[in-house]
Amino acid sequence: MQSYFHEIADHLTSQLQGDEVYTCSFSGEDSDFVRFNQGQVRQAGSVVQRGASVDLIQGQKHAAGWATLTGEAEADKARLTALVKRLREKLPHLPEDPHLLYATDVQSSEHVGDNKLPAPEHSLEEIRSSAGGNDLVGIYAAGAIGRGFANSLGQRNWYETWNYNLDWSLHHAGDKAVKAGYAGFEWDDATFRRKVEVAGRQMDALAREPRTISPGHYRVYFTPAAVNDLVGILSWGGFGLQAHKARQTPLLKLVEGEASMSEAVTLRENTAEGIAPNFQGSGFIRPAAVTLIEGGRYKDCLVSPRSAKEFDVPTNGASAHESPESLDMAAGSLPTDEAITRLEKGIYVGNVHYLNYSDRSTCRTTGMTRFATFWVEDGEIVAPLNVMRFDETMYRALGDKLLGLTSEREMILDSQTYGARSTGSGRMPGALVEDFTFTL
Amino acid sequence: MIEDLEKRFREVLPDVDYCSLRYESESGESIAVRRNVLQPVSDHTDAGAMVTVAHGGGLGYAATSDLSTSGLREAVTRAQAWAARTAGRSVADFSALPQSDARGEYESPVARRWTDTSLGDRIDLVRGPCEQLKTDDRIVEWYAGVSFADVESLYLNNHGARIHQRFHFVVPVMSCTANKGAETETRTLGGYGNGRQGGLEILDEIGFPTEAQRLSGEALQLLDAPNCPQGVMDLVLAPDQMILQIHESIGHPLELDRILGDERNYAGTSFVTLDMFGSYRYGSDLLNITFDPTIGSQMASYGFDDEGTVAKKDYIIKEGILLKPLGSATSQGRAGIEGVANARASGWNRPPIDRMANLNLEPGTSTLDELIGQVEKGVYMATNSSWSIDDSRNKFQFGCEYGRLIENGELTTLVRRNKYKGVSAEFWRSLKGVGNQDTFEVMGTPHCGKGEPNQMVRVGHATPACLFAGVDVGGDA
Repeated sequence: MQSYFHEIADHLTSQLQGDEVYTCSFSGEDSDFVRFNQGQVRQAGSVVQRGASVDLIQGQKHAAGWATLTGEAEADKARLTALVKRLREKLPHLPEDPHLLYATDVQSSEHVGDNKLPAPEHSLEEIRSSAGGNDLVGIYAAGAIGRGFANSLGQRNWYETWNYNLDWSLHHAGDKAVKAGYAGFEWDDATFRRKVEVAGRQMDALAREPRTISPGHYRVYFTPAAVNDLVGILSWGGFGLQAHKARQTPLLKLVEGEASMSEAVTLRENTAEGIAPNFQGSGFIRPAAVTLIEGGRYKDCLVSPRSAKEFDVPTNGASAHESPESLDMAAGSLPTDEAITRLEKGIYVGNVHYLNYSDRSTCRTTGMTRFATFWVEDGEIVAPLNVMRFDETMYRALGDKLLGLTSEREMILDSQTYGARSTGSGRMPGALVEDFTFTL
Repeated sequence: MIEDLEKRFREVLPDVDYCSLRYESESGESIAVRRNVLQPVSDHTDAGAMVTVAHGGGLGYAATSDLSTSGLREAVTRAQAWAARTAGRSVADFSALPQSDARGEYESPVARRWTDTSLGDRIDLVRGPCEQLKTDDRIVEWYAGVSFADVESLYLNNHGARIHQRFHFVVPVMSCTANKGAETETRTLGGYGNGRQGGLEILDEIGFPTEAQRLSGEALQLLDAPNCPQGVMDLVLAPDQMILQIHESIGHPLELDRILGDERNYAGTSFVTLDMFGSYRYGSDLLNITFDPTIGSQMASYGFDDEGTVAKKDYIIKEGILLKPLGSATSQGRAGIEGVANARASGWNRPPIDRMANLNLEPGTSTLDELIGQVEKGVYMATNSSWSIDDSRNKFQFGCEYGRLIENGELTTLVRRNKYKGVSAEFWRSLKGVGNQDTFEVMGTPHCGKGEPNQMVRVGHATPACLFAGVDVGGDA
């Protein structure tokens, strides 16, 4: 894919006229998708897709366009020639863009992973056989992912990886299930089987008579997967400079210094230790890390090139939507093995579901418990809990009500596949919280 | 192009139980003006095809953007390989399912094509409303935008089906944010719910050129408004909140693939079970829900779904009784129950699954004044701002941008931070009044997410304003 990308990038350069400049973002993947229900295959297939976004720039005027490509260089050169022509015809109708900013310091880079993926027949059979008679539901997504950036100044960035992400759950009955994941670069049968065995042990607890609790305030342990979703929603307009300036960020009180979180809360966009490319669509290279919240206080935000120009600050290589792609929460000191013991009496939340802000101004979030969520007494799991709705401000949950974060963290690779397979990730600890508010 | 593609497909057609080609192309443009600055104008062209093979009971698909004969042949080979791998390992015998032999065409009605205007004129259509939003120093963020898309699809199979459809989409968006200290309030023009099929005439129909100052004024007024009161009271919902209520607590739980368990790892399951169809009281006698692909301007109108099934209007819930699921031909075959034509894919690179299309609440007989006039103590809420529901689609909590108290049958104080919660299985039985045709609005959104691999599709909801009795309303948690 890389040599093909360089070939079409060079072709784009050859299409320019006068003082025109282009930037180009490329995205491609060869993906296998196998969807499971009841331990059997529901849908299986493969998707080969390539596409490029080109921004044709003349002075401060520019026009952008996306074209699906075939992966065959000669055919795609013709498509890109047509795209450039179309964009050039638009330029006279467009005003100068005061917020246009693209990288002019050439910083080329290359990351090419190894293909250690098993044959699709092997994965399919291993998943089916490991599930045994269990009701396994989920999706196996695997294959090559390529991302590239090029401009007419000579910059070339290339990221290529082969990975798999099995996002799955074992189901007992109704909505009672155990959620798990197995993602990485080199599939190992034994590791996967151990994960199935661990999930199977939680299934035993799910078989007990479910408990229903009344709305109220409870002591809660959130697993790293649940914390990933709780903290992850802050990525929705929380960390970008534009949202700050528009005063729409749910962290406005934190940014203004009117509120704080626990000193244990430190969040970073940790590009160096994530799996996402370290370059973005205008050609800027991301720093190794950007500290967003440090010791419970606002530290920095993500600044896209457009925001940088609009608000006259430097960009830190954020994408246009200014959301973290490799969010990292610092570990605490609570050993994970002691989490349920320290919970004593309360709720073990394996996963949360469908989060949304119920009041942005107070960073109040609502959502549901899901999958392996249990009622705990005397530090022991007693019974599965029927789903509960929470409605709580993160200034409390991650503030004075946060009792501790676990010393171990989990690296969670994003399994989302809207349009293309995600390269996002989160590295999160578990969290012990008191007085957490459940409403329904 | 279409004829060439058909010829190429016939050349590579394998000798299998079932083979289809689903081609889709899309071209479009997005124009947005933020804080009176034109944002980068972007367009897109996308085209590709999915080949699906069922053979020996297995099912496989292969998607490609290489539409040459060799590209299609390679896709057929991949799809056949997947069908072979999954034979005897699948949830159903896919070779045994009935397949479409339908032939036909469909195209969205359009009065004024966006491509018939100049780029400069299209920019002016967006710039004007945006500039009207900034009416006060307290307006800190303002935005207007329109996305256009033209989609062409072709479905062919080895059972004789040939379906050619063209769609034209317009999605206008407008928002305005006011701020005072730590207080921030946003008003939008129906959220993302004003998507339609058609042309530039849609902008006039929804008031895009004229609504800016109203939104700006309301955002400013909300800054000083009290919070919505807490308590159990009557609730009148405007169409731009009703679409969300229908979508989340009727649409998703009635998707047959959820009921069959396909979505349990991602979007979730359903509190609805197969035995409920035909007898379950989903709502009060006033509740009439239709699957209606026949309203030409609605977002998800079509002549045929992505499995080639002919689409027609059908009652899903009638006088409160649950009749049919939102289940496609494949799901119907798996479940042994009648459904509708709702196999839909987000594009050429994703396989069809059960989706909402146009799911509408049929109008009743009350004027809006009559709905409000019935309420002694309650709230009127408009425009969704927050949405969350459990994975069985039962316990929900929704928020609205705009609220007005209703006291003794009259709209009174403006309120903010409006939210209400409930349980789907009970909520619709509290439906106490349904607005008439004058309150009926055709709406739609491009953002309905579901499926593994994930798919975002366009859906439509048309609804009148509705009155619900005894709802748990609350401004604070």
